[in-house]
Amino acid sequence: MEFLEAVKNYPFLQNALIMGVLSSIACGTMGAYVVVKRISFISGGIAHAVLGGMGVAYFFGFSPMAGALFAALFAAVLLGLVSLRAREREDTAIGALWATGMAIGIVFISKTPGYNVDLMSYLFGNILLVSAGDLFWTALLDVIILAAVFLFYNPFLAVCFDEENARLQGIRVEFAYLCLLCLIASTVVILVHVVGIVLVIALLTLPAAVANLFVKRLSQIMVLASVLGVAFAWFGLFLSYKPDLPAGATIILLAATSYLLCLVFLAVRSRMQPRR
Amino acid sequence: MTDSRMPVLLENVSFRYDGRWILEDVSLQIEEKDFLGVVGPNGSGKSTLLKLILGLRNPQQGRVLVYGNRPGETQGWIGYVPQHLAFDRSFPVSVTDVVLMGRLGRTRGLRRYRPEDRSAAIEALRDVGIESLRERGIGTLSGGELQRVFIARALVSNPKLLILDEPTTGVDIGTEKAIYELLKELNRKMTIVLVTHELNFVSAYVKRVACLDRRLVCHPTDEVPSSLYDSLYLAPIKMVRHDHDLDA
Repeated sequence: MEFLEAVKNYPFLQNALIMGVLSSIACGTMGAYVVVKRISFISGGIAHAVLGGMGVAYFFGFSPMAGALFAALFAAVLLGLVSLRAREREDTAIGALWATGMAIGIVFISKTPGYNVDLMSYLFGNILLVSAGDLFWTALLDVIILAAVFLFYNPFLAVCFDEENARLQGIRVEFAYLCLLCLIASTVVILVHVVGIVLVIALLTLPAAVANLFVKRLSQIMVLASVLGVAFAWFGLFLSYKPDLPAGATIILLAATSYLLCLVFLAVRSRMQPRR
Repeated sequence: MTDSRMPVLLENVSFRYDGRWILEDVSLQIEEKDFLGVVGPNGSGKSTLLKLILGLRNPQQGRVLVYGNRPGETQGWIGYVPQHLAFDRSFPVSVTDVVLMGRLGRTRGLRRYRPEDRSAAIEALRDVGIESLRERGIGTLSGGELQRVFIARALVSNPKLLILDEPTTGVDIGTEKAIYELLKELNRKMTIVLVTHELNFVSAYVKRVACLDRRLVCHPTDEVPSSLYDSLYLAPIKMVRHDHDLDA
């Protein structure tokens, strides 16, 4: 097989495959929360605010990743507070931050002197350009996420399912919810240079959404979504290699097609079953 | 003066939200082993009243005491059954997972459930008659079964006061009767407050009725005149049973 041959010879493909595994762990785990808590719109707002942070950091000569992380965490806390304290404004706030983040990013990137930044690589990422440093940071994020979820599984679950009960049980609901959003924000930042700002939300939601069709416990969704994420990433890389398609977009299309096929499969199966 | 250990004491309580008064000048006393039904039309502030007692909201005026303490400082003494229709039925949790969430306040440190929490959960499920459903996901339950899950979650901490918000909305008439029978049984051990907009059944089971429409329209110790029901609902209600000793 040509692809396997290439994997053996090119370190950039090996890095891409490793990144597929590492990013899928973060995506599958946090994506499970995004899907069951139904906060993909908030997550999208955080992702797009990232461009603003990157643009400003570039303009002033700081590391764009530091700018991205700062913007993501800022957006997470801001949108989290709006969601907790002024739910009727949540939709508007997300939309405003979404567009404003993009606009700030575009303005600052266009005015950055002597440095022609490739805007496309921010928006759509490139898993084939992943460096050893990227792998290290993603692995570190995985450790942080898995530790947090292991330690706070029960309170996080209680907050996602029923905020009022969690509050009556003495859980610090606002703090827990903001922690969840900050973990999601960190995941978004790491994934931005894999699939880019525009596509990150798909990697966060699709594997967990597919998993949720088949398993009915949060922990099972996390595990299955991570496994599916690896499958999508690897098979997507394989499919994109020969025809030289953009890898990130191919991975997302593969995930979306799988989700659609699973929905159709389940719909047909429930039709076939005799009514009880 | 009033007994400070009284389960619930509200003194001239007013609550405002978004510039609108939801509750005005409500005074209410609920005594030990009472079974109070709070009735009123939609938007009359019934759920808000419960949330004030639970400490989930704070009144702008007046005072709320629960067993002599401020609401919210009575963890484990109150069991709360929220409106089950508000829940996302597709949320991936099992019946046991939900009931265990009623013990979360007793866990410490990493908030892991201990064996005694799990046996308490099974016992609570047995008390409400759905032990056999304990491994099921909540998405597979009927409305009545889900309501029992939430009652079990409220009972799992052995509360002294049970608070229910519209416990029989969206369940069939047989289940409604069964839930009220269950509450009547529980009332031997605990004080119960429930809120409902359906009058038919509730007056046969509760010990006292309070009518709420932003203000307390009729005090729980009063007889409930049928003309009042008419004015609350803007339509004559044929079957108002007010026979407290009736064995249904």
